[in-house]
Amino acid sequence: MQTLPKKRHFETMSYLPPLTDLEITKQVQYMLDKGYIPAIEFNETSEPTVHYWTLWKLPLLGAKSTHEVIAEVDACRKAYPNCYVRMIGFDNIRQCQAASFIVYKP
Amino acid sequence: MSYSQTMNKGGFQAGVKDYRLTYYTPDYTPRDTDILAAFRVTPQPGVPIEEAAAAVAAESSTGTWTTVWTDMLTELDRYKGRCYDIEQVAGEDNQFICYIAYPLDLFEEGSVTNLLTSLVGNVFGFKALKALRLEDIRIPIAYAKTFEGPPHGIIVERDKINKYGRPLLGCTIKPKLGLSAKNYGRAVYECLRGGLDFTKDDENINSQPFMRWRDRFLFVQDAISKSQAETGEIKGHYLNCTAPTVEQMFERAEFAKEIGSPIIMHDYLTAGFTANTSLSRWCRANGMLLHIHRAMHAVIDRQKNHGIHFRVLAKTLRLSGGDHIHTGTVVGKLEGERASTMGFVDLLREDHVERDLSRGIYFTQDWASLPGVMAVASGGIHVWHMPALVDIFGDDSVLQFGGGTLGHPWGNAPGATANRVALEACLKARNEGRNLMREGGDIIREACRWSPELAAACELWKEIKFEYEAVDKL
Repeated sequence: MQTLPKKRHFETMSYLPPLTDLEITKQVQYMLDKGYIPAIEFNETSEPTVHYWTLWKLPLLGAKSTHEVIAEVDACRKAYPNCYVRMIGFDNIRQCQAASFIVYKP
Repeated sequence: MSYSQTMNKGGFQAGVKDYRLTYYTPDYTPRDTDILAAFRVTPQPGVPIEEAAAAVAAESSTGTWTTVWTDMLTELDRYKGRCYDIEQVAGEDNQFICYIAYPLDLFEEGSVTNLLTSLVGNVFGFKALKALRLEDIRIPIAYAKTFEGPPHGIIVERDKINKYGRPLLGCTIKPKLGLSAKNYGRAVYECLRGGLDFTKDDENINSQPFMRWRDRFLFVQDAISKSQAETGEIKGHYLNCTAPTVEQMFERAEFAKEIGSPIIMHDYLTAGFTANTSLSRWCRANGMLLHIHRAMHAVIDRQKNHGIHFRVLAKTLRLSGGDHIHTGTVVGKLEGERASTMGFVDLLREDHVERDLSRGIYFTQDWASLPGVMAVASGGIHVWHMPALVDIFGDDSVLQFGGGTLGHPWGNAPGATANRVALEACLKARNEGRNLMREGGDIIREACRWSPELAAACELWKEIKFEYEAVDKL
């Protein structure tokens, strides 16, 4: 028997071991296959009630490949190494945000 | 002369007239604004189906058993229900699906109570019928637009609670009855800190001597705040506001809002549609999510030949208002065939659903952008069911555990983590293109290698299965 340790989490996929770059790529591919528009956002804290993290550039409106998305994730992580970074996806058919998962923790 | 014309110009003739002369109109083409109903009719022996079907149309709209002179002061053609089609049910000697069209003016705007009082009122006790079941209804856009529907709907709920791309996880706190408010709050805290999004009051927890509602609300809110601060994720508990009177219901709802709860709960069938619609409007005005439980539904919907199918109760809930509603699990201990369940789950969540008799959907339904309702799969489920649940219900659902969290050998928090790890392992695999129905077992076993909480849960529940045949099949 074990006591569950107290730990902070980051919503969807944050109870899994941290995703590797290959695993992030596969999730991005899923978003592209679903027709979602990928975007990257970052913030100094991860308070659950803070709705808006800061957008990294603009959402990747015309993204065709996971390669260009992952390159921006990398650039964001390098530029803001002290921030949390999240991958999100917009669905312009249902007109809402449809995906979100953490890709970097400081 | 067309059957759809009613003869009432020739002076008053007292007496009993065959219903079919007035209410059976096979050449009638339903109008876009008509409310349509599909009834499964079992006439008494010797009663012709045209007469039985016409009687249903009559008794659920304008008709009385005998003619009355005041009929002649109205224009019956504007108000009468019409049976416009009859189909024999394959494999049954004496069951027929009768399609009835009702003019829009028969119904009060925005009133599920009025709608059901007509459609499933006295007619269900009618002597000429052996049994009667309302299988489905079509809500025309003109009528749908008179309802506010769910207080928030799926999309707004996700934005409020910051949870995307996955089903939500819940747990009903047990034992159902008898815990003190503080002990109850502790069970809630442990579940939420372990990774569930919501916990839930059992439906029969209202305000009993062992735990009054106000005490429960306060201790539970403490559990929510603490678990939210520790985990960094938004948490909630469906505080049951079902009460003896609507005044008390609102008192509880107001208190839940005052202490900062994000969601409350209501039992819409035992409390009634009027109370539910009022509460839903209050929730919309106060930014409160509304979880709907369906106690008593099986009394109404379980028999194949009599009562009301749950898809009708689901559609009326979407009109009356609620952000979540229980739908059964397909895989757990409670009743429900997969195709039929997925049919009404679509009717709850989607904006447009096509007629599809293989899923029990008798009418194409266009909701005209009325918000969608999250489907809650609750009852008798555990980690081994997770691949099937994710495959069947998809993202816009709440997977609601009970014993499947609380029965974990290490307690609630590890039980909750086991549920959450199983869910996320399935999601990740699904998104990577793996087949959950075929590889589900492997996916769960792989996650057990790095999650001791999940491994302990899988060890405990590996042998449990629920394989009874459904009573109500399509």
